[in-house]
Amino acid sequence: MEKSLLIQPAKCTGCRQCEMACSFEKERSFNPSRSRIRVFDIHSEARFVPYTCTQCAQAWCLQACPVDAIKIDAATKAKVVNDNTCVGCKVCTIACPFGTINYVADSGKVAKCDLCGGDPACAKACPTGAITYVDAEQTGYDKMRAWAVKTDTQSHAHA
Amino acid sequence: MSWTGKFLRVDLSKGTVKAEELNREWTRQYLGQRGLATKYFTEEVDPKVDPLSPANKLIFTTGPLTGTAASTGGRYSVVTKGPLTGCIACSNSGGFFGNELKNAGWDMIIVEGRSPKPVYLSVENETVEIRDASDFWGKTVWETENGLKARHQDPMLRVASIGAAGEKGVLYACIVNDLHRAAGRSGVGAVMGSKHLKAVAVRGTRGVTVKDPDRFIKAATEQKKVLADNAVTGQGLPKYGTQVLMNVINEIGAMPTRNSRDVQFEGAHKISAEAMHEPRLSDGKTNLATNGACFGCTIACGRISRMDPGHFSIASRPQYKEPSGGLEYEAAWALGSACGVDDIEACTFANFMCNEHGIDPISFGSTLAAAMELYEMGVLTKEQTGGIDLKFGSAEALVKAAELTGKGEGFGLELGQGSRRLTAKYGQPDLSMTVKGQEFPAYDPRGIQGMGLTYATSNRGACHLRSYTVASEVLGIPFKTDPLATEGKAGLVKAFQDATAAFDASGICIFTTFAWSLENLAPQLDAACEGSWTPEVLLEVGERIWTLERQFNLAAGMTAADDTLPKRLLKDAAKTGPAKGLASGLDKMLPEYYQLRGWTPDGVPTAETLKRLHLA
Repeated sequence: MEKSLLIQPAKCTGCRQCEMACSFEKERSFNPSRSRIRVFDIHSEARFVPYTCTQCAQAWCLQACPVDAIKIDAATKAKVVNDNTCVGCKVCTIACPFGTINYVADSGKVAKCDLCGGDPACAKACPTGAITYVDAEQTGYDKMRAWAVKTDTQSHAHA
Repeated sequence: MSWTGKFLRVDLSKGTVKAEELNREWTRQYLGQRGLATKYFTEEVDPKVDPLSPANKLIFTTGPLTGTAASTGGRYSVVTKGPLTGCIACSNSGGFFGNELKNAGWDMIIVEGRSPKPVYLSVENETVEIRDASDFWGKTVWETENGLKARHQDPMLRVASIGAAGEKGVLYACIVNDLHRAAGRSGVGAVMGSKHLKAVAVRGTRGVTVKDPDRFIKAATEQKKVLADNAVTGQGLPKYGTQVLMNVINEIGAMPTRNSRDVQFEGAHKISAEAMHEPRLSDGKTNLATNGACFGCTIACGRISRMDPGHFSIASRPQYKEPSGGLEYEAAWALGSACGVDDIEACTFANFMCNEHGIDPISFGSTLAAAMELYEMGVLTKEQTGGIDLKFGSAEALVKAAELTGKGEGFGLELGQGSRRLTAKYGQPDLSMTVKGQEFPAYDPRGIQGMGLTYATSNRGACHLRSYTVASEVLGIPFKTDPLATEGKAGLVKAFQDATAAFDASGICIFTTFAWSLENLAPQLDAACEGSWTPEVLLEVGERIWTLERQFNLAAGMTAADDTLPKRLLKDAAKTGPAKGLASGLDKMLPEYYQLRGWTPDGVPTAETLKRLHLA
């Protein structure tokens, strides 16, 4: 079954444990600036939003790459950058509509979420359940359920 | 490896910046943050120095766990000689500044001298510059932080800055980072202002490494689970924040009210955590918008509040319609109960003011309470207050006073000198609820006896964050003691003081101690940094830090006579509640405390004690 990261901003407290888990997994150091997942603090709305690559089916990054450095992982369907092939041209960063593939000056390559081979470190580290790794076809389930409860006003009115 | 091993020495008089190697012998003896900076400070600064002179130094410092995945590992401390107290001051703060400094490759910044003109320090990894801040002088913390992000075209910049209060010498001005996180107490912001240093702006992308990565991740993950499973750190603090205490402490008769004339506040429930969760009549929204975490914190006790847009106070401040850092227990008490104010929106407004302008709400609220008592006695008149009707319970007076003090204007400048100087000026020194010149916080020592000894012996003046015996006396952590008893409290206070100093030195937040002891801290430190860190070693480090701070204070001129409480707490019994009829029993606890510390009856560490701690 294909799985994907489910992000629920309402549960996020902005602690950045996900950023540390990601940078540790990929770089062996705690370095939020090198994390493939970023938490945004929307201060004016009192909201925190974790944000990363959604592994979209169109994969503009992959399509735009002139040297075929981005491949689809057969098991996870993640779009994965091959560092040995990447030439750091940054075309993918322009092509991506979401800004979730980024150039890293230190390495001269781009970096993006690769779902950690099917065991995403960010989801494991999240203390509030704001980031989970679930069946890709059910990412809307909790939201649907919440709205189902909210819209179920008739039965209460008649009860 | 956990420590970067490097620190910055910034001389503002000469305009120079240089990198130095960290003294690794001292990291072994003092760990980091509060401990390490205290060692550097006491080695380099004359205890008799005038806190607001260029000869005082200001040290920004991180701990070995700062910037790591250890829960709450984002803290930094500021160490200096405090202008409010004349004692060594160490204020720590969460948010995201500490981890950024560490990520830039620095354990510490020692700031010396005084710049001839307003400047800020820009740290971008190894590129460090002293830059002109003339156009930020006079600006608020919020304007400064946003302005620097714009100037550097870098939304990721982390900024620690002062407002006008720090510039104009409000003696309890704080240093604010991330808009509403503060190194809050003892006036560290006034020292920063005296150096004409408006802000420190940091961006770090170097990453933080640990000694044994796999063992560290395992230890940190295990200990995060301990926090999650604990009722206080896993449920109470995330849901209610520290404000969970408002009703609890009021019930047990330990809520200092109206300048400590009373120990219970009839309006406490209106400014409590529960009230922050209740939908308002005006717009159906709750005061609490969400909870928020500091860097790496799995507890997330922080309050983000949204004010009632129809509240009288907000008309002139449209920016306060946006959510921002809301009421914590100490602030709700100081701005509320201490002044007899039960208007939660006015308290939130005053709290925003404290954040925006950079003043400590504890000392501000407590000083205002003293002023209100002077006003009620007729010692202070409306002419002297600049027209403010300074009655207990007046939300209008609270709002106006907060603005004037934050801006360092008019009567606010008098309030900005703290309650000891204010009450002395008007001939009523006994009305100052302070120890060593620092206002004590939200626990009345008549209802929680251990806190009396805590305040009296605190090295930075009255403070709850130096030995939070409330944990034991009220919450039963790690074991329950009777809050009204004095027996056994000397040992309890000493144990809490030493353990807390070790936690402060590590780079994490003291709130973890609701669930963690040194047994939980040690395995994380041991995996993170060089050395062999056991609970026993950490306890000794804590005691060493405590004793070194004490030595500095004694050399600065403090004596055992300063280890005391306001007369009101020692003589006037509580009028209501469980502590009714009881005053503080400090005299019963203090001699035993000195003895347990290995100090003389005059409160001076003996030669033997100093030798044992390798301090002589």
